[in-house]
Amino acid sequence: MDTGCHLPAKGMQRGNQMNDLMRILKDPKLTYRQRLFSLSKAAENIGEPVKLSEKAQRFADCGIIYDMGEGNTPYCPRYVVPDYDKFLKQGSKFLMLAPPSDIWEAVSNLQIIYHHVPSVIGLPVYIGHLDRLLEPYIADEKEARRAIRMLLTHVDRTVSDSFCHCDIGPYDTRAGRIILELTEEMQRPVPNMSLIYNEKTPDEFALRAISAGLTASKPSFVNDGMYSAEWGESYAVVSCYNVLPIGGGGLTLGRLNLKKLADASISREQLMNELLPDAVLAQCEQMDKRESFIIDECRFFENSFLAAEELIYPERFVGMFGLVGLAECVNKTLGATAQEKRYGHCEQANAFGEEIIDRIDKLVSRYKPKHGKFYLHGQVGISSDEGVTPNTRIPVGEEPDLPTHLMVTARMQKKFPCGIGDIFPFEATAKRNPKAVLDIIKGAFSMNMRYLSFYSSDSDVIRISGYLVKRSDILKYKEGKAVLSNSASLGSEAAGNLHAFERKVRSSDDA
Amino acid sequence: MLKGYVNRIIPFSFVDGPGNRSAVFLQGCDFSCKYCHNPETINMCSGCGRCVELCPRGALTLSKEGIKWNSGLCAFCDRCLKVCSYNSSPRVRTMTMEQVFEEIREALPFIEGITVSGGECTKQNGFVTELFREAHAFGKTAFADTNGETDFRSIPELTKEMDKAMLDIKSSDAREHIMLTGSSNETVIENARYLASIGKLYEIRTVVVPGFLDNFRTVDFASRLIAPYPEVRYKLIRFRKWGVRGPLEEFPVPDDSVMEPLKELALKNGVKIVEVI
Ligand code: SF4
Ligand code: SF4
Repeated sequence: MDTGCHLPAKGMQRGNQMNDLMRILKDPKLTYRQRLFSLSKAAENIGEPVKLSEKAQRFADCGIIYDMGEGNTPYCPRYVVPDYDKFLKQGSKFLMLAPPSDIWEAVSNLQIIYHHVPSVIGLPVYIGHLDRLLEPYIADEKEARRAIRMLLTHVDRTVSDSFCHCDIGPYDTRAGRIILELTEEMQRPVPNMSLIYNEKTPDEFALRAISAGLTASKPSFVNDGMYSAEWGESYAVVSCYNVLPIGGGGLTLGRLNLKKLADASISREQLMNELLPDAVLAQCEQMDKRESFIIDECRFFENSFLAAEELIYPERFVGMFGLVGLAECVNKTLGATAQEKRYGHCEQANAFGEEIIDRIDKLVSRYKPKHGKFYLHGQVGISSDEGVTPNTRIPVGEEPDLPTHLMVTARMQKKFPCGIGDIFPFEATAKRNPKAVLDIIKGAFSMNMRYLSFYSSDSDVIRISGYLVKRSDILKYKEGKAVLSNSASLGSEAAGNLHAFERKVRSSDDA
Repeated sequence: MLKGYVNRIIPFSFVDGPGNRSAVFLQGCDFSCKYCHNPETINMCSGCGRCVELCPRGALTLSKEGIKWNSGLCAFCDRCLKVCSYNSSPRVRTMTMEQVFEEIREALPFIEGITVSGGECTKQNGFVTELFREAHAFGKTAFADTNGETDFRSIPELTKEMDKAMLDIKSSDAREHIMLTGSSNETVIENARYLASIGKLYEIRTVVVPGFLDNFRTVDFASRLIAPYPEVRYKLIRFRKWGVRGPLEEFPVPDDSVMEPLKELALKNGVKIVEVI
């Protein structure tokens, strides 16, 4: 989860601590589980934050760098990506599970292990490459359909958080088809879903995925060519669209707010030569120290059966260097007010945007943290963001014509091995011609776009920033009714601040 | 270098054939259908100058060479189209094939092909042939959206360069066809047979206007005609009054109770893909 929902303010005074705990205990708006989770977060935050250098602390204090509300004293990696393929093959000593012999046992084993996968949301952000996992157990398709429906329902009702993600593809399989059919039928926001797409993916399967995407807003499409060049075949898309090695994960996510950085700078030169390098260094320091805390002080890997059974390896964990607000940073620094001079519309602005990303990339890859390596991640925003556009996106309401929008997006996504994504709502006519969407995806991927999400302008399930919510749930939540999904509350806030409902719908007349 | 009269270009279209396509709308058509949605594409500008004074942006000027349109000033308010009593538009541009492709250059990586529509594209067959050739040079497909008024056998160059056509069968009855379009349907039907027989018919369409056309008769006839060619699709289009001028302006949009039986009829006659829109 890329947000600090339900978190009490950090660094609270001891005198207030009890009050804060009591407030959580008695909050009528929180369910039992939400109280439990908030209490544990509050406990984590009783300790002082991991100590930073004075310089780094200044960037943290003014919100230019942010630890994503992961907690002052992190004791587990933000995202854990277990090797579920291996788990199904070998079973688990710790969980006392034999390798499954049919699809029911496979589904049951998965449901069991999900309960033991740590993450920042207390629930798994990755539940596996489902078609690849389940295909070997399909004997009878009807039975498989029932079993897979049960699995998806289980995840939707227990994890109930759209940051829970599964992957499918790139090949056409029976399991993959069943998952897509159920996705269309069930119309649920959880789990989030990505189709790993490459030139081996048959058009027919891709078109099925697009049809599902136009009714249920998932799956999103992943440019496998880009990611497998960086990670090999063994990577997963998790949470929003974070890309991480399987059998590893993401230790922490830091976030550089480029808008705030630009607000603090006095000139382009000062930004590029002083503030930006300092801020990048500050964020690297914060991530580095927090990661050391997880590994060296809390010794996460030493008491994890996932590590003991080699479902995760410490060396496959990386740090995610997130950023937001490139558009605002470029426009502010260049003083671009007229639309044709602004980011997304003007070559100079776009080139400057690229220069900023290149500079960050160089600085980050030069940094040598104690554990793992850091890679760029295009952070999707948090629900309280206002006036900050996620990652390198063009702000909602300023979208140029679609071909230009796609080209700028592809150009800016090059340096983000830990994932980045953009969203395109298409008008409902695309449903009758899913091939049109496939043409757009193929074109975009040939230009090295990494990840493309889409939905139809008339869908109930829609994508807010990286995660999915039901429009109808947001309305219910706004009316004060309890809904199962954690994301409805986030969505409600973000729909306002991120203007998700106002995105330019892409249509035939889109010149 | 041949020049074409271009009414407008839509870089991305989801509704002009398979996949995502750039649609090029040409100016000029010999039919004058009572339900025409874009009557401003029918005739060439007469240079009467009426629209010039009414343009709120001063985007139009009249000189000896005819009307001139300044796209930079235009607000696309369509006032000029509404006042033109010649069924024309001052925004028609004279373009070379290169200019058309320059305009869709950014769209090219994202499209399956181009569709030339109208107006009636076969009236400018030399220009269209060049567009198709260029599309193929880019590895794109080339489709024509045609009313079928020109015998495709008489324009072999274009027919050769064209991948497939989308053809209207507006009415199976000659008299009704004349009443609706001002022309007979003989060539249209001959074209449907010919293009289907050489594998160049992508789809036929019929606009359904209950109370005005004998839709049942036309759908029955047209579906039998294409049934032997399972790859040819049939699109049944509900009449919509958007853009329509004249007696049909106030006709209602037919609902499913009209469209579904027609769809069933086409399926029963052996058409494999029938779409109602
Ligand atoms: S649409 Fe026509 S009337 Fe309106 S501004 Fe443009 S040229 Fe003038
Ligand atoms: S577009 Fe129509 S109104 Fe304008 S000058 Fe031409 S014929 Fe006259």
